[in-house]
Amino acid sequence: MTDTTPLLELRNITKTFGSVQALTDVDFEVRPGEVMALVGDNGAGKSTLIKCIAGTHMADSGQVFFEGKEVTIHGPRDAGRLGIEVVYQDLALCDNLDVVQNMYLGREAARYAVLNEPTMEQHTTETLAGLRVTTIKSIRQPVATLSGGQRQSVAVARAVMWNSKLVILDEPTAALGVAQTEQVLELVRRLGEQGLGVVIISHNLHDVFETANRITVLRLGRNVGVFEREKTTQQEVVEAITAGQPTKVSGIPATQVVA
Amino acid sequence: MTTAEVVGPEGAAPPDEHREGRGGILGFWDQLTSDIRQGNLGIVPIILGQIFIVVFFSFKATNFFTAINFSNIIIQMAGTTMLAFGVVFVLLLGEIDLSIGFVAGIGALIVAELQLPGTGWQVNGLIAMLIAVAACALIGVVQGSIVAFVGVPSFVVTLAGYLIWQGVILSKLQVRGTIIIQDRWINYTASYYFSHFAGYLIAAAVTAVYPVSRLVGWLRQRQANVSGESIRSIALKSAGIGLAAFGVVAICNHGVVQGTPFGLPLAGLLILIFLVVLTFLAKRTLFGRHVYAVGGNAEAARRAGINVPRIRVLVFGISGATAAVGGIILAANVNSVALTFPPSTLLLNSIAAAVIGGVSLFGGRGEVRGALIGSLVIATVSNGLDTAGYSTGTIYIVTGLILLLAVTLDTVSRRLQVRAGR
Repeated sequence: MTDTTPLLELRNITKTFGSVQALTDVDFEVRPGEVMALVGDNGAGKSTLIKCIAGTHMADSGQVFFEGKEVTIHGPRDAGRLGIEVVYQDLALCDNLDVVQNMYLGREAARYAVLNEPTMEQHTTETLAGLRVTTIKSIRQPVATLSGGQRQSVAVARAVMWNSKLVILDEPTAALGVAQTEQVLELVRRLGEQGLGVVIISHNLHDVFETANRITVLRLGRNVGVFEREKTTQQEVVEAITAGQPTKVSGIPATQVVA
Repeated sequence: MTTAEVVGPEGAAPPDEHREGRGGILGFWDQLTSDIRQGNLGIVPIILGQIFIVVFFSFKATNFFTAINFSNIIIQMAGTTMLAFGVVFVLLLGEIDLSIGFVAGIGALIVAELQLPGTGWQVNGLIAMLIAVAACALIGVVQGSIVAFVGVPSFVVTLAGYLIWQGVILSKLQVRGTIIIQDRWINYTASYYFSHFAGYLIAAAVTAVYPVSRLVGWLRQRQANVSGESIRSIALKSAGIGLAAFGVVAICNHGVVQGTPFGLPLAGLLILIFLVVLTFLAKRTLFGRHVYAVGGNAEAARRAGINVPRIRVLVFGISGATAAVGGIILAANVNSVALTFPPSTLLLNSIAAAVIGGVSLFGGRGEVRGALIGSLVIATVSNGLDTAGYSTGTIYIVTGLILLLAVTLDTVSRRLQVRAGR
């Protein structure tokens, strides 16, 4: 990995829901062109952290830097404007609409409220070709007729199409079979190769080790380590997930914070 | 399908290989057979059913297969068709509007009141109709707002509307009795016939407009380098539309009653205009796309930044407006608004028309033209049974059976579609 400014950097993010301390002084960073996995057991704070980035939640305290500049994200629109797109687990596709219509959902190309289909079709074709999504027979077929992997591909392609710089994938392979999982993981790697920052949340360590350059482990709302994939093992990551001790960043001693 | 799932590492074929294959009739045949295999029957069974119904009644009733009865059916179906157009939009959202029958009555009542001579508020019939349509659109907007912003189910809101607007009509007409409509503009909607020459002129215009609009689209697709509909397919469809337009006008022009020649009824042209405008609205505009999106997955639409409540309110507004148009035509057909107006079958027939025409009750699936096809079937059956001397009871029973058959076919074909897709 080149040592450039991180695309996204979170420092000391803390978030409480009532008396529940969801995140405590969490640090997180993604570099351009890097696939960063975010792993942890249920309730570790993965979803909360993602929602703080996506603008669904506001952190109570802490700083967010995007491309080196400090930003505040007040809502999903702010995140979208920065170039952050989230693909949630349910994909948010309209089954009755075709691939082009879903790619442009809510952002249709139109003049005087009249749709410009040729433009949308052309860009959809280009985007899918750029991501080498080749299994979709027709971009004019309804999404309902696509397989799970193809649907995931459409959702990811939609996130990428809008000049996004950071794509967050929430459990992209959870509902997929072996072949389709492979297809989606290939797509995730390709996003990284194209220079985007990618965050992938997964319970499946096999998927994580297949795609990620680095792995951030959360446990009980705290950082317990950031691992380079090439220098770690699944064993080590599993230990961090289940019994890791709070540590700010790997190598730097743990800061003791009393909640 | 599952074996072909893995992404080719070299990313060989571009994904835009859709719409390839044979052109013209052969291409159409390929498309048809593949659609049937996937369970995507579309309107084919309904069209076949319609042909069967026409043939059946032609043998059953001597007065059925006549030119004048053809124009009769057009006029009889016009009112229900207008309501059904609105129903399509409401059903596309996965909602229901039970109030349209009596909102149509309100629309008719408003024009009847406004054209009444010597009241002090008498206006020109054309203006009266515009006011009625606007008022009913507003009724729809109010009902839609309660659905969209308060979150009351549309079934309940419009059921309340059903009672309220029926109540308004009753309390108004119980005092007044029947109101006769004398204004010629209003009555024209159901009783004006174009001259033979004007009819053919309209047919020629219809024949010309379609290919021109398609060619513009084709050129734009060409510019964007997107493979679109082939020229041959456009030509074929244009020929079909031309044939249908001239055919309809030719049959209407043959109608003669007691020596008086009839022609294409204005109501037929009104149906066509609404069909074209509303199809454009549904298929080619942002609004229409968002209607389909909300009907398909409201949560996804919301997250994509679509203003879901706004879409809902507008759709109920459309439903109110088309109900008024239908109500005016129906009232004009009998030149009056009486206590028995609107006919009790109006609401359910218009919903049945949309459903027979392939519009799903669960939202997101269906076309505007389905309303026309569905009400054509209903009107033909009802006219045919009537001409053959069957009772109203029989008409209801047969209409009900056709509705059941159409929906069953649709449900089964949908199941096949899901199986073919995954």
